[in-house]
Amino acid sequence: MTVISVPGSATDTVAPTTRRRRKHNVLLIVGLTLFGLLVLVAILAPVLATHDPIQQDLAHARLAPGAPGHLLGTDELGRDVFSRLLYGARVDLRVGVLAVVSPFIIGTVLGLVAGWFGGWLDTLIMRIVDVVIAFPFFVLVIALVFALGAGTGSIYVAITMVGWVAYCRIVRGEVLVAKEQEYALAARASGLPTWRILFRHLLPNVVLQAVIFSMSDIVLTILAIVTLGYLGLGVPPPTPDWGSMIQDGQQFLLTQWYLATIPGVAVVITGLALALIADGLVERFDSR
Amino acid sequence: MSPLLEVHDLHVEIPLPHAHLYAVRGVSLTVDAGESIGVVGESGSGKSITLRALLGLLPRPAQVTKGSIILDGVDVTGLPERRRTKMLTDAMSMVFQDSLTALNPVMRVGDQIAEVPRRRLGMSKRAAHARAVELMDQVGIPEPERRFRAYPHQLSGGMRQRVCIAIALSAEPRLILADEPTTALDVTIQAQVLEVIDGLRRDHQLGVVLVSHDLAVISQTCSRIYVMYAGRVIESGSIRQLLSLARHPYTFALLRAVPDPDLPVHRLLTIPGQPPDLTAVPAGCSFAPRCALTEPACREVDPPLTAVPKEPDHASACIRLETASQWLDWAPVGVPDLVKKT
Repeated sequence: MTVISVPGSATDTVAPTTRRRRKHNVLLIVGLTLFGLLVLVAILAPVLATHDPIQQDLAHARLAPGAPGHLLGTDELGRDVFSRLLYGARVDLRVGVLAVVSPFIIGTVLGLVAGWFGGWLDTLIMRIVDVVIAFPFFVLVIALVFALGAGTGSIYVAITMVGWVAYCRIVRGEVLVAKEQEYALAARASGLPTWRILFRHLLPNVVLQAVIFSMSDIVLTILAIVTLGYLGLGVPPPTPDWGSMIQDGQQFLLTQWYLATIPGVAVVITGLALALIADGLVERFDSR
Repeated sequence: MSPLLEVHDLHVEIPLPHAHLYAVRGVSLTVDAGESIGVVGESGSGKSITLRALLGLLPRPAQVTKGSIILDGVDVTGLPERRRTKMLTDAMSMVFQDSLTALNPVMRVGDQIAEVPRRRLGMSKRAAHARAVELMDQVGIPEPERRFRAYPHQLSGGMRQRVCIAIALSAEPRLILADEPTTALDVTIQAQVLEVIDGLRRDHQLGVVLVSHDLAVISQTCSRIYVMYAGRVIESGSIRQLLSLARHPYTFALLRAVPDPDLPVHRLLTIPGQPPDLTAVPAGCSFAPRCALTEPACREVDPPLTAVPKEPDHASACIRLETASQWLDWAPVGVPDLVKKT
């Protein structure tokens, strides 16, 4: 498709490159497809699962993948690995995504405010950020979960309280750059209210970096849940989640390596899907 | 009737960690409705800072330290900040140099034009849309309905600058401040955009303040010129007055530095030296170190802007302004390049 543009003529509205870019954004398409499949699997878990994920059957424990009736074998308590994997997706995707949403929102808003207004407000917010960052991530999360009591609710709260700082710093840095751009100046010059400049003009321009970070943050959060599970502060058993499956499987690593490996692969695929989405988003939206 | 906008003795200072930068040192100007004035000066002469000060949009930590801004006969300088900003932004709009950065890259251009009518002027969504299309048509954007949905990067530079002008108009201002609106455009598009601005001035009785470093652009559109140097207005007057006989050696040299297309150019004329460091302004005329006509008195007092005798509205800040008609003749006697004709 060749369009010869004459400035001022009718032909120069839509540059052909954007359409081509949209059509051939392989990364985004593959990433979204992969992630979509994972979500679909999570939603359809009750339909797809061949067994009850918490039904124990000690007579058929630790069967190898491919055993009759058990596609991916059974674990040390005779629970069907395939079914647990599907139900695990439900728990992990839900907790992972939800535990990223609130720090994303809180951090983004505080970062916008700190970057735009500057002054004492900026100093205050950034000092709080410094304090939170001064502690190692897990020390703080574990302390908070411990204080609040194990369970998914506590995980959300703890990860929110610790996780927002990353978004805050990313967004603040972007705002510092964007607010010196002429479009921000132009918005102020046209007398629009501050909240509108912040959320309609600045936010869409600065949020991309935060969205990209959130993709890897979901993976990190899932890993954090795995780690918490390992310490007995995660999703309480027998609810299946990939973290506890890995933990349970690792003691049989020499004999039944697949017990820990299969949920591990699931975590890797999720991470890959999200990373592809993040890269695809950069390609699609980053005009710089 | 009082003029649309009057600026008196405006001073802007920028406190730096180790110094104090006197960016604008006493600028006064007047704009009437339907009048277009030009502000010329080299980079760093304080022209953009002056514009931003007018809208109350100075970059931190710059601040207005002295002077007054009088809008329709009302001195807004003493008003509380909120009120002042509202009055200023209601009355004036700004057009920026680089239309690519002046437009929000992730918002459709039509939505950007419709935003002020919708949010500030309280129009319905449909009315604001219609208004935006009408404005796009007014600034000469063909097929406005279709272009409404375009993003800034999908438009050419000339179209983008037209969008910027449409946005500026959308607030229904009485005064447009244009900061080098055509610098990023090529010459043919430049002429078209200037034509758009000039047409709007005529049709809507808009006041226009056009800032540029390009004398050709200014003389094409403006009736009066203010020449700025080192944060001060050093000469002001009508286009005709300045072009026929500049009364300040800086303007004089500047006009001579414009190559004459009818003459063979052997060498472009330049003004030797650098503008002064505005953190430590020396006593005396700030142009004296670069001026070919300096006499000892020039280094003692900074001459105020003085009316040129027998020429109404023409003023110059040179103590030798009365001798201007002879400057060219003095060229052979030891005056360097700047006043020598090729």
